[in-house]
Order: sequence, then structure tokens, then C-alpha cells
Amino acid sequence: MSAPLVTDSSVNWTALVVLIALFLVVTVLGFMASRFRRGEKLDSLDEWGLGGRKFGTWVTWFLLGGDLYTAYTFVAVPAAMFSLGAVAGFFAVPYTIILYPIIFVFMARLWSVSHRHGYVTTADFVRGRYDDRQLSLAVSVTGFVATMPYIALQLVGIQAVLEVAGVGGGDNVLAKDAPLLVAFAVLAAYTWSSGLRAPAVIAFVKDALIYIVIIVAVIYLPSQVGGWDEIFGAAKDKMAAPNPKTGAPTGSFIPGDGQMWAYATLGLGSAMALFMYPHSVTASLSSGSRNTIRRNAAILPAYSFVLGLLALLGWVAIAAGTDVTGLDGKKNAQLVVPQLFEDFFPDWFVGVAFAAIAIGALVPAAIMSIAAANTFSRNIYKEWLKKDATPQQEAKVSKLMSLVVKAFALVFVLTLDKQNAINFQLLGGIWILQTFPAIVFSLYTRWFHRKALLVGWAVGIVYGTVEAYGVASTSTDHFGGSLAEVPGLGDMGYIAITAFGLNLVVTVLLTLVLHALKVPNGTDVTDPGDYHADADDPRVQADLAVEEPLAHQPDR
Amino acid sequence: MSLGSSGEQQRPDRQHLDVPPTDRRKIVAACVCLAIPVVALLWVPAYAREDPSIGGVPFFFWYQFVWVFVCSALTWTAYKLVQSARGGKR
Repeated sequence: MSAPLVTDSSVNWTALVVLIALFLVVTVLGFMASRFRRGEKLDSLDEWGLGGRKFGTWVTWFLLGGDLYTAYTFVAVPAAMFSLGAVAGFFAVPYTIILYPIIFVFMARLWSVSHRHGYVTTADFVRGRYDDRQLSLAVSVTGFVATMPYIALQLVGIQAVLEVAGVGGGDNVLAKDAPLLVAFAVLAAYTWSSGLRAPAVIAFVKDALIYIVIIVAVIYLPSQVGGWDEIFGAAKDKMAAPNPKTGAPTGSFIPGDGQMWAYATLGLGSAMALFMYPHSVTASLSSGSRNTIRRNAAILPAYSFVLGLLALLGWVAIAAGTDVTGLDGKKNAQLVVPQLFEDFFPDWFVGVAFAAIAIGALVPAAIMSIAAANTFSRNIYKEWLKKDATPQQEAKVSKLMSLVVKAFALVFVLTLDKQNAINFQLLGGIWILQTFPAIVFSLYTRWFHRKALLVGWAVGIVYGTVEAYGVASTSTDHFGGSLAEVPGLGDMGYIAITAFGLNLVVTVLLTLVLHALKVPNGTDVTDPGDYHADADDPRVQADLAVEEPLAHQPDR
Repeated sequence: MSLGSSGEQQRPDRQHLDVPPTDRRKIVAACVCLAIPVVALLWVPAYAREDPSIGGVPFFFWYQFVWVFVCSALTWTAYKLVQSARGGKR
């Protein structure tokens, strides 16, 4: 190594020890979680992959919060605020607010019909609603593929923490990646043994740490850099300053003319897309009653508030003059929050903050890998490869697949450029939104034709991919961002929403044609009453008794 | 539990396939409660400005923080409305 490239590249031992200690605590919790609200039958997908479908309001709150607000969010949202401003970063706040009215509307119906028919994934529901294997495959593959880079991005979050702590980065390949390998091996082990119960229990620790760290940071840091006036002033100056490469302003302080549509569509598109991801659905379906989801829709915005504060830390860092030079000597905005903490807090608290981010990566990574694995075993393995698979075989395949998915994410991050993970995550968001009509509209109506939904999905995916490929930024030629000009409007908008609009137009027109030609629209195994069933519904009890006579004896 | 098993149609215990009785006016009121925050936050031109600022925080930012609480209250109201519309059960 030549001369030191950064001000402080030495290992922060105190912080590292605290980080490791907290990591050990959650590891023990993860293994003990297998006994948490345990059911009688252990080796089924319902038990391993959905925690027995009986989590109450608070467990669901922690689980969903741990699932949706990921390490990447904690790292990337402030990074976006730091380097590009409000349109790129602060849209996360309206996004995570309007998210809840949206899921309030449809998630209770999805919960009920899934409870009634034993669905584990959205593709299960689509299969039952239309009896269409291709459409169900399209939904499951989209979910599976979109989740992979999301898991990989959790690693990017952990890497950022480790790099600022002084480990990782550098030249030695083994030393560089060893901490990440250990973290993931441990994660894989307790996910294997405890299933969804592991992240559910660990989420308590994660959220407690996150809340403490963010609240302390938001109270303490502004006074250190001269107050909020100073912070917003510094951000305004930085965003207005012309970018040396393009001559255009660096970013946006408050969305100006021509940026309103971008801000609104980023919020709306992200909100609509989030609950199409398998991991959000898994966390929702694991709740014990229909109303658990609705009560959660009212209390989950507490996280949105914290996320907003976190986003503003990106601007606190502007006022503080945080140096985001990485161990490799290059500027890396992803390091902004860990670096800000290291600059201003005592070492032990830095350790707590780093642990919050690192554990914040493990919870969603566990849920995502379980959800992707459920999708694979249910909708690809059982549907296409082994139709007569028993529940035990299904659960076994899920467990194995959750390992494969995590291994893939690890290889992805270690061998490819980080930018690839970010690009694919961007594409994933665009793709996953294209399954919205087939899932959400079908909860209400069977007017849409199954083949039209399939073609609309394909058109949306192709259009979205081509548009995203064409977006250049100062650092990359392709996949440089999620905004492109909306045809016919002239303003920039979120590509996923434009693709969704196109998807919808194609689906509606083709549905009209197919109905006019009297093409059959499959058979529906669901009944209107299924969409309102609750846990204590007499019909559900009756049906479960028929399907599992042993599990529902009266003396239980 | 089987996925969409074809035997379900023949089961004698599935008599009540109907939707539970619903008070439509309360459902509409709940939908309005849910629509308000979505419209308020997606109508960006209404709040994309700096003034009035509170404690150095420009309007654009504190306005959105306020909506976290308003949305939470409205969603809870919608939850209560839906419950009472469906006879306190579903």
C-alpha cells in the first residue's frame, strides 16, 4: 500500500468489537427462534416459510418493518440525497406513506383468499383465479428474478459499514471478503433451521437499534453542524452548483418545474411495486388474521418518519463536509451515513450504528431468500418439475433453494461490479410492477383476460427494459437512473409507471378483442366469499377440518 | 392444504359463498379516507415550495412529515369504518 488515501483508514477496533458482539446476540436469537410460536407440523411450507400463519399485530409490524426498510434503504436513500438531492432521495417519504392506503385496500383480500385456499405466493393465487400456468409462471419468475439483486444489495449495505469500520476493501481478497462470508454463512444456517421465525425474532433487535441510532443522530448532529438552517442552506448551494461534466445543476433541492411528475411517479410506482415482491407478500401472509394487515397499515408509517429523518442525514453530511472517499481511493456516496457516524460519535456508538445497519441487512435478506425459495418450490418445482411433490418435499426444496439464492447473491456481489447489482435492482422494480394487473386487479374482477394480462406483462417488461437501458448518467452509459421522458408528456417520469400505463392499455384492448372472439378465460376456483374470509371463519374451519382432520380435533 | 383442489366444488359444507353484508356508505367513506393522503402527496405542485419554513426546515419537507401522522390517523379511521360496515367482524 502506498501513502494513505483517506483521512482515517485504520481499523476502528472498539466499533468492530461492539458490532461483532451484537452480531453474536442476533445469531443466538436466530437459532432460538425455531421454538417461537411453534406449530405441531414442522416440515411444511406453511410452518417453515410462513411461520405457521399466526403472527399477531406486533410481530407482523416488526417483520414487515424489518422487511421493507432494508440496509440498502438506510445506505442508498441518504446517499441519493447527498449526491443528487430531493427528487432522487426524498421521494422515499411520500412512497412509504401512500404505500399503506394502497395495501390497506387490496392486501386483506389477498390474505383472505390465500388463507382460504392455502396460497403461499401471488403466483398461487393467479393460478387459482385463472387456471393459467403461463400467467402464473410469468408472475413467479418475475418475482424470483426481481428479488435476487435485492438480496445482493443487502450485501452492498454491509460492505459499506465494513469498509468504513476499516475492514474489507483493500487488496487482500480473502481478508476483504471474509467478514461478509462469515455473516452470510451464519445467516444461511439460522434461516435453514428456523425459517421465517428467525427474521421475525431478529427484527425486534434490528428495529430497536435503528430507532435508537436515528433518534440520537437527528437530535445530536444538527447542533454540531450549525442547525437545520445551515443544513438546508448547504444542501441548496450544493444542488444548485453546476455539475462540472454536464453544466447542469448537481441535483434538486426541492422539485422544480418539470420535476413534479418525476417525484410523484417515483413515489406512486415504488408504492405499487413494493407489495408485488415475494418478500412483502410472505411477511403479510404470515400474519394471523385478515385485520392484522389493516391494523399494520395504520401503524407502519412510523417507519416512514424514521426513513425521512434518515434521508435528511444525507444533507447533514453535506453541511458537515463528510468525506466519502473509500478504501480504494474512489468517491463512493454509499459510504456517507457510516462515515458521518464515524466522524461525529464515540467509537462504541459507531459500533451500535454499524450493527443496526448490518443486522438491518440480515433480516430482509433472510425474508427475501425464504420468499424467493417459496416461489420457486411452489410455482416452478411443484408446478412444472414434480407435480406430485409432498408438503415435506416442497419444504425441503424451499430450504435448499434459500441457500442457493443466498449463494448466488454472494457470488453476484463478490465477482461483479457493485453497479450491476444496483442496475438489476432498478430493472427489478420496473419488472415487478408489471405483475400488478394480474395480481391486484384479479382480486376484484375476472373481466381482464388471462392471455391479455400475459401479453400486457410482456409488453411492459420489454418497454421498461429498453427505456432503462437507454438512460445514461455521468458515471454509466446504461441503466444510469430510473427516470426517462414520458412519451406525449415531455416531462421525465418513473419508467416503471410509463411501462405500467402501456401494459394496462395493451391488456384492456386485448381483453376486449379476446372477449369479442369468445376465447375461454380459464376456470376460477375461488368464490366471492373467499375474499372476505377470516381466521375464525366457520367455512375456513370446516375446510381445514376436511383437509387436515388430525390437526383440527375439537379437544385441541 | 392443496392448491386449488378440484374436489372443492363437491363439498357439502360450502353453503355460504356470498360476500358478508356490507354498509356501502361506510365503505365509500373509508375509501375517501384512504384516497386523501394519496392525492395530497401525489399532487406535488401543491407543496413543492420553501415557505413557510419551521425551525429552518422548508415547507416541502415538514409538510411531508406531517402527512405521516395524518395518513396514519386516516388509515386507522378507514379500518374502523370497514369493520363497522361489515358488522364489526370482517
